[in-house]
This record gives sequence, structure tokens and C-alpha cells, in this order.
Amino acid sequence: MSETPEELPQFPASSKLIIALGIIAFLSGLLVVIVYEYTKPIIAENQRLATEKAIFAVLPAAKTRLTFAVQANKLQLVTDAGVAEVIYAGYDQQNNLVGVALHAAAQGYQDTVQLLYAYNPLTSCITGFAVLKSTETPGFGTKITTDVDFLDNFKCLQATVNLAGTNLKHAIKTVRHGTKQQSWEIDAIAGATITSNAIGRMLNASGNKFHALIAKNLTMLQQAQTK
Amino acid sequence: MSQTIETEKPLTLEVFTAGLWQENPVFVMMLGLCPTLAVTNTLENSLGMSAATLFVLVGSNALVSALRLVIPKQIRITAYIIIIATFVTIVDYLIQAFSLDLHNKLGAFIQLIVVNCLILGRAEAYASRNGFTKAVVSALGMGLGFTLALVALGSVRELLGAGQLLGYQIFSLNFEPWVVMILPPGGFIVLGSWLLLFNYFRQRKTENLLAVDSASHCTVKNN
Repeated sequence: MSETPEELPQFPASSKLIIALGIIAFLSGLLVVIVYEYTKPIIAENQRLATEKAIFAVLPAAKTRLTFAVQANKLQLVTDAGVAEVIYAGYDQQNNLVGVALHAAAQGYQDTVQLLYAYNPLTSCITGFAVLKSTETPGFGTKITTDVDFLDNFKCLQATVNLAGTNLKHAIKTVRHGTKQQSWEIDAIAGATITSNAIGRMLNASGNKFHALIAKNLTMLQQAQTK
Repeated sequence: MSQTIETEKPLTLEVFTAGLWQENPVFVMMLGLCPTLAVTNTLENSLGMSAATLFVLVGSNALVSALRLVIPKQIRITAYIIIIATFVTIVDYLIQAFSLDLHNKLGAFIQLIVVNCLILGRAEAYASRNGFTKAVVSALGMGLGFTLALVALGSVRELLGAGQLLGYQIFSLNFEPWVVMILPPGGFIVLGSWLLLFNYFRQRKTENLLAVDSASHCTVKNN
């Protein structure tokens, strides 16, 4: 007993499929390029304003600021922050250096937390931070900007460079809530330990990378605004 | 090459309203629950995600419907995903241009709209089988239904979880926020409560209709 073979569905020629996908891909590309070109300057301006706002938020005494690019272990004054690694130096009305603002980032609970923090090279203290990007859990991770006890850590978080001028003298680390003993330790927020640890890790990494360089170029930074 | 196009029913108000109530994507079809649970911890996030989803839904449905005679059925899912990804990329740029703060708050969930089954589902089940106007009107209804659900969740969660709405303090400062409401379990609790309420009203409406129907049947019989 033989079965009648089922009629196979007709498959269109490959060229038709390629042409159809080509048309869709062309339309998609065109739409994306038009919107990208239109929004690019607006997004760049938004990012510049957000950074500008954050710089003066973390350096409240600053009236003006200069941007320095980190190039080949040197600081280079630049007019536009279009380079990969930059630090911002803030100056008061008398053109005295009041501190520098640096970028720092580390993996938090949900995603990377990005900060701009203030460092005073004259006192070797980290004196505050502003969150540039964070998607941490509302009510927990977001407490890093509202928890009074946590913010107290940044009245003067010690970030001194070692005698050899290479790294931090004491590694910045986050400790369990209520166990802070040293001025380079961060007292974690109870219930937001992962985000608190991320802050400690990113400040330690950024401190090791940039603070020695800032110390070496301190005179240049102090005189840059008067030149 | 192209799919068989069924005889189209005329455009009626029901095409638009179906997504709002009878076929609400969240409360009835239970679609797109990932962003529904994840970003509705505040009303602002809910509105942002709703607007982004509405834009992608309307844009992709319009393009899928316009190209439905050109897209061979063998590659239709690939084509739909390319079209949806295009609109997700566009909305990502637009949100960054509109508000970086909102973009940061919504995080990866903007890009994840591309895998929202509500959008792919409507492209496959409706836009690919209906004309341009009907596809757009239906997408608008579905998008607004999705907005309704997200706003319902976001407002309750923000109100109970922070005592605020859109950042404005509603309850007195003595109010102790129910932190669980803005955490993932709060999403499930509020969604469950809304579903309970929604289904209660739907059931009552059906019972009322049945009662009216049987009453009129009896009247006709007596006459």
C-alpha cells in the first residue's frame, strides 16, 4: 500500500529572498542613519551639560574649570573633552585650584555605575561624587546619593599617594556597615552592600591610576588657569 | 512569495478599543511582562517605557503592513525583527536626545523592547494580515492599552513604595514607605492585584450581559 506523497510547499528563489531582505535592510539603515545624524549633536550637548553640571556639583567652590587629557602618563591641557581619559581641574574666582574631578566606574548590582568624583590633591581627600550613570535598585542602591551616613564618608576620604609616587598609600575599601576604623575606609550602606563595594572598588582603581599623576603635575595644575 | 491576504473587515472603533480593554496586552494577553515588572517602580519610568513601546509598536506595525506583500513568508520573522530593531534603535537615540536621565533610568530595557513578544506578536498576527491604516490604529490601541497597564502599576508602586507620584510627595513625611513595592516582588504583588480587579470587573460585566440577555428572552416569551 503506497502513500500519496505530500506536495512540498514551493520555496521561492533565493534571489527573491535576498532582494526582499536587501530592501528591508536598506530602509532600516536609512531610517537609523537619518535619526542618528539628527540626534547626534543633541545627545553630545546633553552629555556635555550633564558632565558640566556634575563637575560644579562635586566642586562647589569652583567658578571655572579646565580639561586635561591623560596622554602617555602626562596631563595635557585640551579645549574639548573628546579624548578617552580626562580630568577636570576646578578653580575659584582667584584662579586657585580647588580640586579635580575624575571619572570612575565599576560593576554594581544591575549594571555599571559611573561616577564623577572630587579629589583635592592638596589635602589628598576625596570630597564627594556625582552619579553619571546608574541603574541600581531604587530604595537600595540609589541610597548612595541620599544616605547621610554614607555621604559622611566623603567629607574627607583619605586617598594619599605612597612615598614612591606610584599608587595609593592605603587601598580604599568598603567595610561592613558600622565597622569603619580608618579614614580610607568607606562605611557601607546596610542593604546596599554591592553598590557600596562598587564605589570602593572604583575609587581605589581610579586613585591608583590617576592620583600619583595628579601629584606629579600639581604645580602645572595650580598655574594652568593663570597662564 | 507573499502571504495570502484574507478579506479585510472594515475599520471600526473596535479595532482601536480592543487593545485598551478586551485584548489588553498586559491584563488579558499577559504579553510584555518583563518590562511591565522591571521598570514600573516609578510612574516616570512607566511613562517613558510606555512611550518607547508605543512608538516601536506603531512604527514597526506600519512598516510591516506596508511591506507585507514584499516580505516572503519564509523570511518574515527575520524581516520583522530587523524592522523592530530599527525602531528600537531610533527610540533609543530619541530618548537620549530627549532626556539622558530617563535613558539612564530605563537602562537596558529600552534595547530589550526588541524581544518584547507584544511587538513581534502584533507584527505577525495583525500587521502582516491587514492594511496600513488598520495596522496603525490597532497598534495605537495596543500601545495605549500597554500604557494603561504600566501607568496602573507604576502609580501604585511609586505611591506605596515612596509616598510620591512623579517625584512629588503625596503622602505625609510620616508615611513609612513600603519598600517592597519598588522591588521586584512588589511588581508581582501589584500586577496580581490589578489582574484580580480587572478580571472581577470583566466577570461582572459578562454576568450582567447574560442577565440582561435572559431577561429579554423571558419578556419575548411572555409576550
